[in-house]
Amino acid sequence: MSVIDGQVAPGPGGLCQKGWTAGELLRHPGRLTTPLLHGQPVSWDEALDFVAARITSYEPDEVAVFGGGGLTNEKAYALGKFARVALKTSQIDYNGRFCMSSAAAAGIRAFGLDRGMPFPVSDLTDADAVLLIGANPAETMPPFMQHLTNSGRSGGLIVVDPRRTPTAEQATLHLQPRPGTDLALALGILHAVVADGHARNDYINARTNGFDAAWRIAAAWWPERVERVTGVSAADQRKAAAVLASADKAYILTARGTEQHARGTDMVGAWINLALALGLPGKVGSGYGCLTGQGNGQGGREHGQKADQLPGYRKIDDPAAREYVAGVWGVDPDSLPGPGRSAYELLDALGTEDGPRALMVFGSNVIVSAPRSGRVAERLSALDFLVVADFVLSETAAQADVVLPVTQWAEEDGTMTNLEGRVLLRTKALDAPAGVRSDLEVLHGLAVRLGQPDGRFPIDPETVFTELRLASKGGVADYAGVTYDRLRAGEALHWPVPADDHPGTPRVFLDGFAHLDGRARFVAVDHTGPAEPADDEYPLLATTGRVLQHYQSGAQTRLVDELLSAVPEVFLEVHPDTADRAGLTDGGMVRVVSRRGEMSARVRHVASIRPDTVFLPFHFAGDQRANLLTNPALDPTSRMPEFKVCAVRLEAS
Amino acid sequence: MTALAIEPLAPSARRIVIVGYGMAGSRLAEEIRRRDRSGERASVTVIGAEPHPAYNRVLLSAVVAGTMTPESVRLHDVDWAGQNGVDLRLGVTVTSIDRVARRVGLSDGSTVDYDALVLATGSKAWVPPTEGLQLEDGSLAPGVATFRDLDDCAAILEHARPGAPVAVLGGGLLGLEAARGLAGRGSLVTVVHPVGHLMERQLDPAGGGVLAKTLGALGIEFRLGRFAARYVPGDGLKLDDGSHVPADLVVVSAGVRADTALAESIGLTLDRGIVVDDSLRTSDHRIHAIGDVAVHPGTVSGLVQPAWEQAEILADLLTGVDPAARYKGTPVVTRLKAKGVDLAALGDVHADIDGDAEVLCLQDPVRGRYAKLVIRDDRVTGAIVLGAPDAAATITQLYDAKTPAPTDRLGLLLGRALSSAGAVAHSPADLPAASVVCRCNTVTKGQLVKAWRAGAATVPELATVTRATTGCGGCADAVCGIVDWLSRA
Repeated sequence: MSVIDGQVAPGPGGLCQKGWTAGELLRHPGRLTTPLLHGQPVSWDEALDFVAARITSYEPDEVAVFGGGGLTNEKAYALGKFARVALKTSQIDYNGRFCMSSAAAAGIRAFGLDRGMPFPVSDLTDADAVLLIGANPAETMPPFMQHLTNSGRSGGLIVVDPRRTPTAEQATLHLQPRPGTDLALALGILHAVVADGHARNDYINARTNGFDAAWRIAAAWWPERVERVTGVSAADQRKAAAVLASADKAYILTARGTEQHARGTDMVGAWINLALALGLPGKVGSGYGCLTGQGNGQGGREHGQKADQLPGYRKIDDPAAREYVAGVWGVDPDSLPGPGRSAYELLDALGTEDGPRALMVFGSNVIVSAPRSGRVAERLSALDFLVVADFVLSETAAQADVVLPVTQWAEEDGTMTNLEGRVLLRTKALDAPAGVRSDLEVLHGLAVRLGQPDGRFPIDPETVFTELRLASKGGVADYAGVTYDRLRAGEALHWPVPADDHPGTPRVFLDGFAHLDGRARFVAVDHTGPAEPADDEYPLLATTGRVLQHYQSGAQTRLVDELLSAVPEVFLEVHPDTADRAGLTDGGMVRVVSRRGEMSARVRHVASIRPDTVFLPFHFAGDQRANLLTNPALDPTSRMPEFKVCAVRLEAS
Repeated sequence: MTALAIEPLAPSARRIVIVGYGMAGSRLAEEIRRRDRSGERASVTVIGAEPHPAYNRVLLSAVVAGTMTPESVRLHDVDWAGQNGVDLRLGVTVTSIDRVARRVGLSDGSTVDYDALVLATGSKAWVPPTEGLQLEDGSLAPGVATFRDLDDCAAILEHARPGAPVAVLGGGLLGLEAARGLAGRGSLVTVVHPVGHLMERQLDPAGGGVLAKTLGALGIEFRLGRFAARYVPGDGLKLDDGSHVPADLVVVSAGVRADTALAESIGLTLDRGIVVDDSLRTSDHRIHAIGDVAVHPGTVSGLVQPAWEQAEILADLLTGVDPAARYKGTPVVTRLKAKGVDLAALGDVHADIDGDAEVLCLQDPVRGRYAKLVIRDDRVTGAIVLGAPDAAATITQLYDAKTPAPTDRLGLLLGRALSSAGAVAHSPADLPAASVVCRCNTVTKGQLVKAWRAGAATVPELATVTRATTGCGGCADAVCGIVDWLSRA
């Protein structure tokens, strides 16, 4: 991909409207080009001196850091190191917690390792059956759809989504469960797989553990019982089982729709169980994978911006990992803090008695993207001190004491690790506007002011990457053999790449899974339902998601005229009958009310949505924030909030 | 045998004894342990007459059909009791209950004291008084099996041979599931049913007729409105009209009776089963009953859903986790589990089409479809859905949730059969100008037409000007179609 005169030229994969117009942001008048201190332009020295002085006045854990899955590997790595070494705080987490964490936790539990797709994405091109759960790539990642063409043609594309999305419209079979009941659906299909004789017993015996306990639970979820809970017909469950089982090359892929739940790890676990019963993972031509949501959703979760993690996907409470990474960083292992709070818990604790008093945000717009955003905004305003590094004045940046203008994608080198665990080098295409600095420069400037040696936080991305390679060496996500030179030469390197002459690992589990015994694990999971079921007071289930034209919190895409005019404001998708009974008309306004807050949206009649369900995109700000409604009930393992289902009522306004 | 060693009791733990280790009893024990993992609140003893771990009775028809093994329908592993701190006594029956001393006596001579006793003894197959079915001692004649438990399945499978004739006595839910399973294994099955149509508890005559036709196409024969008069081992059944049904095996599925022998012996109030209130209490407040043996006005027996809901409520009450929990009944949905047949029946299906309720009815016997929908006050109160599985799923959810039925009643009745018909591809000429052709780049037909008129005459040229087709490429055919249409026009 390249940028010519502010116009983007795509690579071979194609681009959607967001990509085509991304160039507009590079020179957008809303672009920040000077640091702001309490809203006033100041010099970089003034801004950084001010930040450093304020930070020094706090205890280490009183300062928190919030990162983003859009940051490059180099930035994510440097940010984690900055928190642990320069700030010495345990309080760091990132928005990927709201994105990939349930799939990551479930992957580790089942396979011993989390690499979103443990196979190259191009493998999907030959698939004759794909089960896509809670994913809408036709809108969120359109170029990905070309990989599903073959499965679509062979009648093997099955989409699980409460909404009839553009992706679901292309499916052979669209299963439309009541929000929050995916786990029951997975159990029903697993039941059908076993009951109809599709289970691959040889594979189960040779390559897995724990089938019996998982089956005892699934045995009690015969498809007719599941139908009553999910609304997906027993016949469709059996058909899904048969389509997957009869395919030569079958894949099961999950995404946010099934992951962003208070039981998200178990939900993904249930889909992995299904994949294992069908004998899919760890073979050429089949598998389980998770679709990444952010540009660097995979790499962003591997190198230390997670509260419990050190580079190389190491655990921060593992003494050997601490010792090794401390050695790379040249610090005493005992000086490294332990695990901190997860993303929502961190935001929830801001400005409270035991919580952080200062927060530094890099590459995230938490006021819009975090659940129960009314509470998050309240916590942010309870802080003594808020610093935001961004390239536009996002809603979160607008509240900050100090705003630091940083570079964006086309203006710097850096690596990203894509959904298939492949490390990609994105090279600089043009100079940043005057006055803008890279995040690495910002971290360097602050670290030096906080008394760190000059060389400890390099500003050159390749130098940082070289250090990252060493820090990740021997870890799960081992980048030791990945170099900028190899990437520039066009090598396709999927981690682990333990040495310079190692070809990378496109398919991770062919020889065995990453547990000590080499076997994958079925996990005995049962359906319990959403944390907040519908009731008389809040009779509808709201689910949130994205539209094609906007990215994440919309802070970037809402600045692009072409994107904003296509989808200018938040809307509520609702069944015409449901709208009618609530006294709403198509195109009119509605108040959507949950136990946590309320917001306004424009009514959009959609005859294909379940009458008990409404949908809201989450890209909009202020009174249009869908996350004012969402439920911060957290997954016990991944700490993922329940974005995908909460109880609401509609009021005409 | 003496009592198994159990964990020392927490001094305040309540002693709960569950009689019956079927679907209701085993579920209750699980639900209690789910609420009281450590056994602090309750000790649990379960008494099961059958020698094996609890199994899923709902799946017995799958065992008969051969798609599942007896092992795979187990609800619990052999070590379940040990791992869950439950004192499980298998292969013993309760011989006495002392309501004053609150003590049950077991067939192995041991006794167990209780603070709360739960009767979950289920029901047993009823065998009609047809001459020859039972021997003088009350046991079944050779070649006759009931269809109630795992042992019955073993007996059925022992006698059912491919190509050999089997008679099923009873055209109710279970009888038909057994018949379908056996037909699938190659048996020549004849169902003898004393009523004029099948599943008369759940279906109206027309629905029963379509069902018989569907099952008939799968090789099952029917003798409706006929009684079996006599059974001759090795020969078959003689019916009340003098006709003959050959049978190497007779499967009796003529109904069940609640197993109330124990309750009767201690004088609990009965009415076809043990009468319970909303706290699932019998006429003795220390004795509860759940599952098929219990009679509650809010539901009917014979299905698992009420039993499991009762188990949850009773676990709330017995552990004290929710003393306000009450059982208010379960809306009953009957689903026939028979390969190749999709049938759901719920609520009041006998409403007359000319009566006060709103009744919709569709009959399509050639395609095996029958749908009847009964609506009162905008709510689904009854339905029969045969051969339209997706409609069944939606209607069931409306019935359970008591939400208003969609205005598009016909669409509801037909399910996807209707909605997919609306999605037929249009010719580009019919497409409104505002309709989006390329979703990835929000390009409408109008924009493409405008670009074509401005000189972009090919797909690549249109792509350059409008970006249509440059995302996922899924609209390439549609854009091509528009180019063809414009070129022809």
